[in-house]
Amino acid sequence: MHYQVYVATERKEAILDPQGKATQHALASLGMSGVNDVRIGKFIRLDVSAGSKDEAVKIAERSSGELLANPIMETFRIVEVKESSK
Amino acid sequence: MRTRIVVFPGSNCDHDAMYAVKNVLGEADTEFVWHKDSSIGKHVDLVILPGGFSFGDYLRTGAIARFSPVMNDVIRFANDGGTVLGICNGFQVLCESGLLPGVLVRNSGLKFRCKQVYLRTENSNTQFTNRIKQGTVLEIPIAHGEGNFIAEPDVIRDLESNGQVVFRYSTPEGEITEEANPNGSIGNIAGIVNKEGNVFGLMPHPERACDKILGSADGLNIFRSLKNHFDSVREQAKEKRGVLVS
Repeated sequence: MHYQVYVATERKEAILDPQGKATQHALASLGMSGVNDVRIGKFIRLDVSAGSKDEAVKIAERSSGELLANPIMETFRIVEVKESSK
Repeated sequence: MRTRIVVFPGSNCDHDAMYAVKNVLGEADTEFVWHKDSSIGKHVDLVILPGGFSFGDYLRTGAIARFSPVMNDVIRFANDGGTVLGICNGFQVLCESGLLPGVLVRNSGLKFRCKQVYLRTENSNTQFTNRIKQGTVLEIPIAHGEGNFIAEPDVIRDLESNGQVVFRYSTPEGEITEEANPNGSIGNIAGIVNKEGNVFGLMPHPERACDKILGSADGLNIFRSLKNHFDSVREQAKEKRGVLVS
């Protein structure tokens, strides 16, 4: 079976995100006064061949823990898993 | 001093490192090793991971290079006590590899900083700094966008109490101030060694400061320290053999 697994990585709260901060300032200039903070992470799609959905998630978790996210400064979440035709 | 300089796709200070070690220091046995090689070779004294933008800094700085084939052997070499020097991107690769603690993130001011900085020597008792007196201020350039060293508070405490912080960004007079910190690194940290003292990473470029004509020759002190270290290791080995023979 083929799956599309979406992984999101985020910086830990304690770690400054200057890119997010700059973006928040720009949003404030735009008049979006209700946006109190912006954190910028990454959104990654993995196309995975696996025997089951669970197995696909396991592969994505291992990939995330060992490469996609650096556990010192980032956390990751599996956001969505979809079956796909290829 | 048998030196091997690892070349990743996107390395751009590999030739500067070669020039510093081979031409300025005069160590003939200095060669490049391509990142796809499975081995750094035998009887190597020093491995240098040079500066640059390995793999275009994709994903995170140093994250992809850490999985280059040659890195398995570099990690093995380091774990066996081999001497590894990571400069700039090389420092980032060492952190991603887990050979050094912490990680280097975007400069706090968001800007790529390219300029001469001053470094106060915090620990002279390493393979990399034995020719530099404690407290000496070196003038060495930086050129990075991600040099902001961070780590968990307990990791920083360990680094400080073990004397693993080798250089800090300082004023020319050696004062550690916020203004002298070009990237927001915790404690103005510019370079650290591992607990065992054989793996050293720093953001500034000593290999670009080996000629007075290029602004400063202060970086040469680091390469001279390494040469001094390996000369004394060889001397000790010779004496030991002498004792065994007599």
